[in-house]
Amino acid sequence: MNKTVNQKAWFFVIPVFVLVAFNAIIPLMTVVNYAFQETFGNNVFMWEGTRWFKQIMLSERFHASLGRQFLFTFIILFIQIPLGIAIALTMPKEGIGVPVCLVLMSMPLLIPWNVVGAMWNIFALPDIGFLGHSLNALGFDYNFTQQIGDAWFTTILMDVWHWTSLVVLLSYAGLRSIQPAYYQAAEIDGASRWAIFTKIELPKMKKVLTIAILLRFMDSFMIYTEPFVLTGGGPGNATAFLSIDLVKMALGQFDLGPAAAMSLIYFFIVLLVCWVFYTLMMRNEEKS
Amino acid sequence: MAKVTLKGLSHSYLKTQSSDSDWAIRGVDIDWNDGGAYALLGPSGCGKTTLLNIISGLITPTKGDILFDDKVISGLSPVERNIAQIFQFPVIYDTMTVYDNLAFPLRNRNIPEEEIKAKVQEIAEMLELSSTLNNRASGLTADGKQKISLGRGLVRSDVNAIMFDEPLTVIDPHLKWILRSKLKELHQKINRTMIYVTHDQTEALTFADQVVVMHEGQIVQTGTPVDLFEKPKHTFVGYFIGSPGMNVLPCQIKGNDVIVNGKKIETHQQIKKSNFNKTEVGVRPEFISFSNEGIPVKVLSVSNTGRHKIVDTESETGKIKIIAKSNEDIPSGSAFLKFKKEYTYTYGDSWIIE
Repeated sequence: MNKTVNQKAWFFVIPVFVLVAFNAIIPLMTVVNYAFQETFGNNVFMWEGTRWFKQIMLSERFHASLGRQFLFTFIILFIQIPLGIAIALTMPKEGIGVPVCLVLMSMPLLIPWNVVGAMWNIFALPDIGFLGHSLNALGFDYNFTQQIGDAWFTTILMDVWHWTSLVVLLSYAGLRSIQPAYYQAAEIDGASRWAIFTKIELPKMKKVLTIAILLRFMDSFMIYTEPFVLTGGGPGNATAFLSIDLVKMALGQFDLGPAAAMSLIYFFIVLLVCWVFYTLMMRNEEKS
Repeated sequence: MAKVTLKGLSHSYLKTQSSDSDWAIRGVDIDWNDGGAYALLGPSGCGKTTLLNIISGLITPTKGDILFDDKVISGLSPVERNIAQIFQFPVIYDTMTVYDNLAFPLRNRNIPEEEIKAKVQEIAEMLELSSTLNNRASGLTADGKQKISLGRGLVRSDVNAIMFDEPLTVIDPHLKWILRSKLKELHQKINRTMIYVTHDQTEALTFADQVVVMHEGQIVQTGTPVDLFEKPKHTFVGYFIGSPGMNVLPCQIKGNDVIVNGKKIETHQQIKKSNFNKTEVGVRPEFISFSNEGIPVKVLSVSNTGRHKIVDTESETGKIKIIAKSNEDIPSGSAFLKFKKEYTYTYGDSWIIE
C-alpha cells in the first residue's frame, strides 16, 4: 500500500512538541548549561568545556555510587522478577479470590514513596520497630542505621515489598491471556508442569516480562525517596545510590557543574541500558 | 485405535439443573466403530465441543459413561486415554522448531530419540512439512501451524482416537479445501478413528462417513451424508443441512390423509398415529416441481446461481423455496407445486413420524 505524502501532518505534532519542550527539553537544557559552565551566581557563567564530565568520570565517588546502584538494581531484579512470576502462578484464576488477590497485590503500589520509606524506617527500628525488635529478640544483631549489611538488607526488603506487586500484576495479566487450548493441548501431549511453564507460559509472558523488567530497571535505577527516608544513604555512604549522591552533590555541596554533568551521564546510562535491552528483546522477536 | 462408545451421557456446567436448557448435553448415546471417520455437526452452542472435550477427558461429564473398546474410561486423564486433539486455532510451542514441536508428545512419553526421528520424519513427509523442520514454528503461516498441531496428533501411532475441534476455522478458504482433502487422505492412510467437530455442513459431509447432527445438546440424527439429505429425521436436520434448507409447512393429519393448505398431499410414510401438538410436512427444494395442480402459490422472486435457479414462492401457510434447473421456465404470478412423494415426510413435534 502506498502512503500518501502529506507534510502538513507535522502541524499536528506541534502541541505535543510544545508540551514536551516545556516539561522536559527546556529544563534539561538548563542542566546542559550548568554541565559545561561554571557559575558563581548573579547569572555570570564561565565556559568550562568538558571539565566537569572528566572530573565525574574519573571520580571514585561516582564509581562507587554507580557500582552500588548496579548492584542494588541487579539484586532487586533477581528477586522481584522470579518472585513476581511465582506469585502470579499461584494466584487463583477464578472466583472471589481473583479480586481479593488483585486488590491486596495493588496495595503496596498505592502507597506514596516517602510513606513507604517512613513506614519501613519505623518498622525496622531496632529498639521499637516490629521487624528490628523481633530480629534482635531472635538473637540477630540487627541495626540498619549502623551496619552496612543490615542497611542493604532492609532497603532491598523494602523495595521487594513495594514493587514485586507490579511484576505480579503484569505476569498475571500475561498468564490470563493464554488461551485454555494451550493447556489442554499440553495436557494431551503429556507435558509435565515444568514443560508447561517453560514451553508455554514463559514464552507467552515474554512481552509483559520485557515491560516488567524495563520498568523495574528504570525505577530501581532512579530510586531516591525510599532509601533517602529509610537510611538517608547511610551508614556512611553505604546506601547512597546514584540519585541520593547526586542530590547531595547538587544541593548539599552546591557543586552545580559536576552535579549537572553527573545527571547527564546518569541519564545516558539509563537510556543506553534501556535501548540495548529493548533492542535485544525485539531482535529476538523478529527472528521468530 | 479403539471403538468409542458413549452411554447415556449428560453434562451441565451448572451445579444444579432445573430445566432441559440447563444441560449442555442431554442423554447422548453413540457407537463409533474403530477406524471410522465421524463428524459432529451442529450450530454454535449445541454442545458439540463439550461432547468432544468429554471424550478427550478435558471435561468430566455429570452423568453417563465413556467406553473405549468396551472398557469404561470415564475417570481417566487425557494422557491415560491416549487420544489426540486438534483445536480450533493452531496450538504450537512458539519457542520450539517444527521438529521439536512434532517430537514433543513423544519426548514426554520417553520414547528413544532414534524412534522419534523416524516417526517425525514420516509425519512431516505426510504433511509436507519436511522442508521447514528446522524452522522456528512461530514463523509459519496459520495453515502451516495448524499442520503442526495436526502432526502432533498423528505422531503417536497408538492413539485411540484423533479429535478435531473445528480445525479449519482460521484457515483461508482456498487452503481449507486442500487441508480437508489432506485429512481425508490421511484417514485412509492411517485408518484411525477420527472425530471431527464442525458447524460447516460441507466440511462434515465431505470428511465423514457418518455424520452426527446435534441440536440443543441432543443428537437429532446419525447417518451418512445421503441419509441426512434424503431423509432428515428431525426438521432441524432438514433446514440445517442443504442450501437452501428443507421447506417445513404446517399440516393437518386427518385419518391417513395429510393436508397442507387445504390440499391433500402424498407423503413417504403411512401415518399411524396423530396425537401430536404440532404436525408439519417437510420437503427439500430439490424435490418440488411446478405442475398444473397441487399447492397453489405466488411466485415472489427467482435467483439464478448459475447451476440452478432458486425460486421463492409464498403459499397460504408460509414460504416455499424451489430449486429448478437453470434452463427451466419459471411461471410468474400464480402457480401450483407438486412434491415428490418419496422425499416428502411428515413430522410430529419436529420428529419424523414413522
